[in-house]
Amino acid sequence: MDLIARNISHRFGELDVLSDVSFTIGAGEVVAIVGPSGCGKSTLLSILGGLLQPSEGRAELRGEAPAGSLNPLTFVFQDFALLPWNTVGENVAFPLLHTSLSVSERDAIVADALRRTGLIDFRAAYPKQLSGGMRQRVGIARAIAVRPAILLMDEPLSALDSQTRELLMEDFIGLLADGAMGAAYVTHNLEEAVRLADRIVVLSRRPGRIREVVTPPLGRAARGDSHAREQLLAMQGELWSLIRGEAIDAEREVQHA
Amino acid sequence: MLDQPTAGSAPSQPARVAATGSPQRGTDPGIRPVRFRGGGFAPRSGRHSGWVAMLVVLVLWQIAGSANLINPLFLPSPLAIARATWKLMMSGDLWRHLAWSTMRIGSGWLIGTIAGVIVGFAIGLSSVARGVGMTFISALFPIPKIALLPLLILWLGIGEEPKIATIALGVFFSTGISVYSGVDAVPRNLIRMAQSFNVPFATIIRRVIWPGALPSILAGFRITASIALLLVVSAEMIGAQYGIGAFVLQAGNLMQTDQLLAGVVILSVFGLLIGWLLSLLERRLLHWR
Repeated sequence: MDLIARNISHRFGELDVLSDVSFTIGAGEVVAIVGPSGCGKSTLLSILGGLLQPSEGRAELRGEAPAGSLNPLTFVFQDFALLPWNTVGENVAFPLLHTSLSVSERDAIVADALRRTGLIDFRAAYPKQLSGGMRQRVGIARAIAVRPAILLMDEPLSALDSQTRELLMEDFIGLLADGAMGAAYVTHNLEEAVRLADRIVVLSRRPGRIREVVTPPLGRAARGDSHAREQLLAMQGELWSLIRGEAIDAEREVQHA
Repeated sequence: MLDQPTAGSAPSQPARVAATGSPQRGTDPGIRPVRFRGGGFAPRSGRHSGWVAMLVVLVLWQIAGSANLINPLFLPSPLAIARATWKLMMSGDLWRHLAWSTMRIGSGWLIGTIAGVIVGFAIGLSSVARGVGMTFISALFPIPKIALLPLLILWLGIGEEPKIATIALGVFFSTGISVYSGVDAVPRNLIRMAQSFNVPFATIIRRVIWPGALPSILAGFRITASIALLLVVSAEMIGAQYGIGAFVLQAGNLMQTDQLLAGVVILSVFGLLIGWLLSLLERRLLHWR
């Protein structure tokens, strides 16, 4: 299943946030969306995921969702969005409650998602008892429990410390490795973008337009090798040079707002 | 860390450093501990201090009463109040008055709470209900509800209904406000998360909004319980034969201050009991906090 952004523009009142953004996320493809602060990355993701009506243009789906997918477009949130009154197991089961699955089927799916994310021993814990990294793992377990076609990830690692970020990045790489799921990955972090994405959409400062679409030089699997490091760093540098000037302008704009 | 000479010490005489790299304590007069400045501003409620303070006040009060330093007509001693309370309990009067007050509070609070929760949720979830409801609540909330008792007597007669209606009205507005504030306070990201999984509206209400608003709703219950207690006493003082309020008023009219204060003590215990029940409910329902 493909997810298509077709001529999407958006305004919040008088403020133009996005302008004529079009691109396609193919089945199993990981597309990172980067750009300076306030360029409309998260707004674009909300529109792609159907949580926000664009002022112009639209988000479209092409093709059928994989068999058994309960929620083809599934978000992973920056702030985890866990229900604090529910245990880890209940949080993962939450999106399954209104489906036609039997209790035993639901339990099996939850157990599988918890096992894949290393949370099986934390099933009865409450979110407040977990570290930030573990909370995001719950968010990921909840997302994969509904067998999505495309994950919509809104800065999923930005609330975490660098070590946890690294560990979760490895988890993401593993999770997306088999190409069963695609992803739109919004991030400020260019390292995350070059390590994870098949293509990187670079947005300009507000109103966000597509400035460039960049393809990392190596396949995702090859990027973990030590000799790939230099190439990735070089690409990160190129991306930064694309964004830097606008990031400075955007920061000043935010400070003067 | 670099071992810097302290201000005022001669640069030619650096602090002596031990083999571990730390300056030797006590050998250099220039070395002194950093003064602790982080104390205070973290009050803790002592487990027994409140009860001890209460006991001290009661003992002093009793001593003053026994020594005839206080006229018992105006302020009877704690023992006299305890005796009056005991007599009330033994005669059965206490239970009769308490039963009437409990019935009025229970009915009024329940009616006001159910209506308040329904209206509060409607205001919290619907733009139309918010527009209409907020106008009425803003206009009617500030009215002291006891002022409506004569009107309610005209409408509903002189039985129990106007007293219960007065309590229900007092409880309704505060409940409505605390419920819609609670609904407003539910983090929007949780609602968006549920929507992103296509969770139906009713399930979002039941599993996201209700538990999210519960802390505010339960905090509102504490306020409405005290409003109900205040209104039941006021209403019983205006027009009732039985009830703690009526009993306190009669005792005052007859200058039976020991009985009057026994009634006040009973009201206090009643309020504490309600508070304890609400704490129990909070611990059970909000254990995740």
